[in-house]
Amino acid sequence: MKKTHNYTCINCPLSCALELTEENGEVLEVKGADCKVGQKYAREEFENPRRVVSTTVRVEGGALPLLPVVSAAPIPKALVRDAVRMLSKLTVNAPVADGQVIYPDILGTGVDIIASRPLP
Amino acid sequence: MSAIRRPQCVVIGAGPAGLGAALAAREAGLSDVMLMERDFELGGILPQCIHDGFGSIVFDQVLTGPQYAQRFIERVEKAGIEVKLNTMVLEMRGDRRITAVNPRDGVFELEPASIVLSMGCRERTRHQVMIPGYRPAGVICAGAAQRDINIEGLMPGRRVVILGSGDIGLIMARRFTLEGAEVEGVYEIMDHPGGLTRNVVQCLHDYDIPLHLSHTVTFIHGRKRVEAVTVARVDEALRPIKETERRVPCDALVLSVGLIPENELSKQAGVELDPLTAGPVVDERMHTSVDGIFACGNVVSVFDLVDWVTQTAETAGRGAAEYVLEAGRRKRKPPVRVTAGRNVKFVVPQLLREFDREIDLFFRVEHPERAARTRVLVDGEELYSRKAKMVRPPEMIKAGADPGGARKVEDITVEVVGDEEEA
Repeated sequence: MKKTHNYTCINCPLSCALELTEENGEVLEVKGADCKVGQKYAREEFENPRRVVSTTVRVEGGALPLLPVVSAAPIPKALVRDAVRMLSKLTVNAPVADGQVIYPDILGTGVDIIASRPLP
Repeated sequence: MSAIRRPQCVVIGAGPAGLGAALAAREAGLSDVMLMERDFELGGILPQCIHDGFGSIVFDQVLTGPQYAQRFIERVEKAGIEVKLNTMVLEMRGDRRITAVNPRDGVFELEPASIVLSMGCRERTRHQVMIPGYRPAGVICAGAAQRDINIEGLMPGRRVVILGSGDIGLIMARRFTLEGAEVEGVYEIMDHPGGLTRNVVQCLHDYDIPLHLSHTVTFIHGRKRVEAVTVARVDEALRPIKETERRVPCDALVLSVGLIPENELSKQAGVELDPLTAGPVVDERMHTSVDGIFACGNVVSVFDLVDWVTQTAETAGRGAAEYVLEAGRRKRKPPVRVTAGRNVKFVVPQLLREFDREIDLFFRVEHPERAARTRVLVDGEELYSRKAKMVRPPEMIKAGADPGGARKVEDITVEVVGDEEEA
């Protein structure tokens, strides 16, 4: 069965409204893109959308009560909420070094969650 | 009382602008640079901007706010720049006398050979957009909510309405959602979003948060705590349409309704401000109207990208260093005003004094335009031309002009024209 999905291109201020048509997961066409970048973007958003995830974790004994953390690479979009929920239960001890791994291999993605600042 | 200190350069505010300016001044040959910051650490607003999207121009890499700040903080610490934290500047005079205070030195005075203003900007509040209703707890600016959630670990609300679709509002819609709050919707009085498309997609669409364009909040309900807001559609003159009013229960109203350059000190010193940008009028070296006082970053004009703030900071820092090192030997030349031509609302810098090097020109358009071309004309000669498929007022544009050696200028114009080839 054919299905369509709508995306807004984020690659330039034109913000093209993209319409991707697929059948059983196979991309048939992308309409509305003014250029090839938009075509590619719609395919990526359909086939494997990924996002960098950033949030905070609790810190014991630090200069601040929270430590900002970020995924070292984008993770599948569908896992972002679960990743944040998991990290919300975590507490780390100060001092923390910039880039220190706070949670390795989040949700089996192979991507580490790292500290995005040092915290004395 | 000890003798008044006379540093070569004092930089006021240690966000991305101040960090960049202090480093540039140091690297351009000043040995005695002092960086003042009212917070307990360096970085300004960046430590609370935990999302990614910073640094793609300056570092060719996408970083979070804290990561972007850290790169500069490490360089400042190694550069031998004197840092004064927890320090508030109380007064700045036009002759560059500064009075400041901190817990260690008490009240102290400085007479620096140059000053760089890098105080950034502040948020517009409820009072500046005149929302009728009660005055309960729970009405908060987006940047303040960001600080509560990301630095203090506090939740300002559980069911949130956001007014204004500036980038901070969009970023906070996602942040509230990820922290377990419900964002009922984002309401924007204009018929287009105020922030970058990327943020509309990744902060609202990704989380199914509705964006209501041409809508505003017309009343805030609740005596002690926000209980609800009334929202309404607006007509073409931006007047709320009574029949479309709807009551939305919520416990917080988050405002993302614009930023204003922070220029209380600039005014004290008699620095000329531009009514369009609400920041100091500057020349190509980011020199203000007051001799020896430079300015950069969001105190000059609110920029979309921190990378561009850094670029203006480097210009200002270098400008301040040149000013000090050439002291007395160089006269300030009379400026030429940079003309905002067709479909250009304003240009920073506003003035061109010496066209002896490549200059950056930042501007916003007045209205959206497809198939456009941006150009810079110097005495009729086109020194810059770039095509754009689309230009929009919320997205600042950077152009430039390279004289290829010092040249005299009588007229410089930045304009956006229709692109015949595209159209």
